[in-house]
Amino acid sequence: MKGLLSLMTFVPMIGAIAILFTDRKYKDAIRTTAAVATGIPLFLSLVLMWNFDKDKKPYDWSAGLASYEDQAEAAGFQFVESHVWIDRLSEGAMPIKYYMGVDGLSYPMVLLTALLSFFCVFAAWNIEKGVKGFFALFLLLETGMMGVFCSLDFFLFYVFWEVMLLPMYFLIGVWGGPRKEYAAIKFFLYTLFGSVLMLIAMLAFYFGSEPHTFDLIALTHKAPVWASEMRMALFLAFFIAFAVKVPVFPFHTWLPDAHVEAPTAISAILAGVLLKMGLYGMLRINFPLLPEAFRDFGPWLAALGFINIVYGALCAMAQKDLKKMVAYSSISHLGFCLLGIAAVNSYGMIGCVFQMFAHGLTSAMLFLLVGVVYDRAHHRNIDGFGGLGVVMPVYTGITALAFMASLGLPALCGFVGEALSLLGGWGSTQYNLKWITLLSATGIVFTAGYFLWAFQRVFLGPLNEKYRTMPDANPRELFTLIPIGILVIVFGIFPALLITPMSAALNTLVGMLRG
Amino acid sequence: MTTLSTLESLKYAYPETALAFVLVLVILLDLVPAIRQRRIAMTMTITGLILTLIATLVHIYILGREGNPNAGYSLFEGMIVFSRFTLFFKVILVLTALLVALFSIRSPQVKAAGEGEYCTLLLSGTLGCFLMAAASDFLMVYLSIELVSISSYVMVGFYRKDRKSAEAALKYVIYGAVASGLMIFGMSLLYGLAGSTQFGQVYEALAAKTGQGAVSTASFVFSFLLVLAGFGYKIACFPFHMWCPDVYEGAPTPITAFLSVGPKAAGFAALIQFFYANLSVPGAGGTFHALAGTHWPWVLALVSVATMTAGNLGAVPQTNVKRMLAYSSIAHAGYLLMPFVMLSETGLQAILVYLVIYLLMNMGAFLVLIVVAERAGEELKDFRGLGWKCPSVAVPMAIFLFSLTGLPPLAGFIGKVWLFMPVIEGKWYWLAVAGVLNSVVSLYYYVKVVRAMFLEGIPSSGERMERMAVPALYQVLLWALAVPTVWFGLSFGGLSELAKKSAQLYLGH
Repeated sequence: MKGLLSLMTFVPMIGAIAILFTDRKYKDAIRTTAAVATGIPLFLSLVLMWNFDKDKKPYDWSAGLASYEDQAEAAGFQFVESHVWIDRLSEGAMPIKYYMGVDGLSYPMVLLTALLSFFCVFAAWNIEKGVKGFFALFLLLETGMMGVFCSLDFFLFYVFWEVMLLPMYFLIGVWGGPRKEYAAIKFFLYTLFGSVLMLIAMLAFYFGSEPHTFDLIALTHKAPVWASEMRMALFLAFFIAFAVKVPVFPFHTWLPDAHVEAPTAISAILAGVLLKMGLYGMLRINFPLLPEAFRDFGPWLAALGFINIVYGALCAMAQKDLKKMVAYSSISHLGFCLLGIAAVNSYGMIGCVFQMFAHGLTSAMLFLLVGVVYDRAHHRNIDGFGGLGVVMPVYTGITALAFMASLGLPALCGFVGEALSLLGGWGSTQYNLKWITLLSATGIVFTAGYFLWAFQRVFLGPLNEKYRTMPDANPRELFTLIPIGILVIVFGIFPALLITPMSAALNTLVGMLRG
Repeated sequence: MTTLSTLESLKYAYPETALAFVLVLVILLDLVPAIRQRRIAMTMTITGLILTLIATLVHIYILGREGNPNAGYSLFEGMIVFSRFTLFFKVILVLTALLVALFSIRSPQVKAAGEGEYCTLLLSGTLGCFLMAAASDFLMVYLSIELVSISSYVMVGFYRKDRKSAEAALKYVIYGAVASGLMIFGMSLLYGLAGSTQFGQVYEALAAKTGQGAVSTASFVFSFLLVLAGFGYKIACFPFHMWCPDVYEGAPTPITAFLSVGPKAAGFAALIQFFYANLSVPGAGGTFHALAGTHWPWVLALVSVATMTAGNLGAVPQTNVKRMLAYSSIAHAGYLLMPFVMLSETGLQAILVYLVIYLLMNMGAFLVLIVVAERAGEELKDFRGLGWKCPSVAVPMAIFLFSLTGLPPLAGFIGKVWLFMPVIEGKWYWLAVAGVLNSVVSLYYYVKVVRAMFLEGIPSSGERMERMAVPALYQVLLWALAVPTVWFGLSFGGLSELAKKSAQLYLGH
């Protein structure tokens, strides 16, 4: 099974290169190439799922393990690959490696990336302008996303992390809505601001470790010792870098712009995968590398989670634009993840990662749904519709499913993550988070409020005569929506499907953070 | 280290000899009308530069074969230094000159104004840079700087009939005269303190005198600040950068490309050797520390931050791409000063790595500017829709600009990582933070060009696009610069090794 992760990461890039050498005239050939190049990783992710050892637990290891593969296996990673990339950057340093592997934390994210990328290709099938560029950049984006979730070397991680920015800038900037230039550069500047701080902290870790290394496993298990001010400074540098991506209040202002202006498929990828990278980075790098600082910061994290939940929900409620409402709902939903992490117990942690996965499915679905109605009506004004349930029954049904999943109806996937996060927060033994958890729970009410209110205004009531002839969702759209819809139900009813493979890694993480 | 006499030195001075020989040949042959009309000056120049490059590489090979990579010689009775460090710079310099010559082959203005003169000036400027990069005596430093400056003054004003070009040349002369005046005054003060003009001896005298407390801090600081004016003018650092935007904008574009890399690199070589050899005490493990009482690393760290900030903030409002690139080159001088003040071998290595990468990406950006200016102009609006009209130029330009910003997987990112590594290693965190925040600012203006190329002027579907044809020479050169810009971003082990081997200074003491 060696090389599986590399294949998943680089097959899209090969597809992108193939597209670059295709003549622009053959639009369908380009689209098909993109579908194949994302289909292969999806298939491979099923292979990964089949072969993933769910019971594998990290075991104690000393520095005696010979190869990097063995070290990673010992730390609980699977499908590990390791090759020397740059032999020696400075005197007496360890090499920079091409070092890949998945554990229970990255496993759901890899699945999510493969899944959403494949379906978003079909959501973007009707793009006519610059087809070649669009799909080449899209595939490059998938390479970047996969790479981030699989890297075990900090340098490699950083390269993949930043590689994503370029395609994203063009995808929003060229194929986006009316304010696309503004949204694209805002996204770019915000994220770059965060990542340069990460670069400094990364280099500080490199020079702080003995021997100098970028190896994340080595850094996690033998983290350099810092003075307390330095520790907090490094922690904040990492935290800001990742918080921009999540986004955590007050770094969230790029999100509504980018999500609203981006084309449908890209909004879905942004919300579905890119936002998860911020949380993934916190869980993989920020907190495990600086557990002491994390312990000082825990209550603040919970407070930020609460602000995200309630503030995001209130903003969503105030929106007139359907897409903007969905964008703010992401801010609100990801607040639960922060709360779950701050709890530092296995309920909270599992709730967090489950919520990351579930939100990936529901938010992607919501953006795709908004795209469907926008393609027909050419506006997204919530008050501009009315009674669409009469003319588009299938579409209405799927939307109802997505809204319900998103607002956390039991038996749908959104419920599990939120419930576990709140449960974790309430039962936290590390800090007293009872009040914050209680207040955060009110967010669920607001969420139900804006989703139901929007549903009512768009789909119920008297039919807006303008849209009497509006066609229902077509087969292509159904092909993107129904599989995700089914997964939303499946993971809602059988959350153990996801919880079992990730619990070993997350429990280790909790142990590490508790100290 | 041995000091060689003039005659013995000659066999270590092949590149300079080759350059001087071609220079004289071009001047002489250009005087013969029959030959002048056949316009072979440019061919001869390019051949001569290739020979120079080969001679430099031969020197590197021989020096490597001699076994001790540290080996170096002091040539011409201690006037210039022959070491891996200076040879590395010479490769950068000759490549710059070669690219500039290739950029100018097609230029009708150059042909009209006189190819022979143009080539002569380019060669003498390059020779000056060679000497400046290797100088190890105050007099040599001054003379080589003047040789570069005087050649540059004329090159900047080369389009005599163009008002902007003439104005730029005049500005350049006035600034240059003031800077070199200040510099030689500073040098004379140092000579007064040390009693010698030769690098190693100055250090010994100064170290002995500071040991006895015989030299006041004020006189030290005063003299090195004055000397800094000369170097600062060459590398265009704050507050000696004022001339830069006007001169770069007015000069012929290939010359701007030359000024933004050649004299800047040579200036850094001279700056490094001057400060490390005279005002630093070598310590263990390839590190140095500043001579007691001079505090110059602090002064230069502040200069570094001021330079990058002035460059980046100045670039933001520009609408003329050439002027924007001028400000960007100021900013890059600021970045390069960061590892310089670290006084470590890693720092020197970082500067060498960065200069190679900077050469590629900056030259590339200027080449695109030349291509676009031939068709349209140098303004931002002239780049509108280029990505759709002519992707074979716009894509390399995007690569160069993102590389200048420092984004992976491009070489510029590796360069930035290298620049920040010694700074973090030396625990100058505030300097690193200032540096990275500046690179975020730089994204804003580099992306303005990318935005004009790709995000604006998008043809609506069905509309027939007029394609832009690009001369084959330019196209080949563009890819020749763009491919390594990507390559070094992915595989930089070799470059780092090479820089490491070359990062040993000959100090003369």
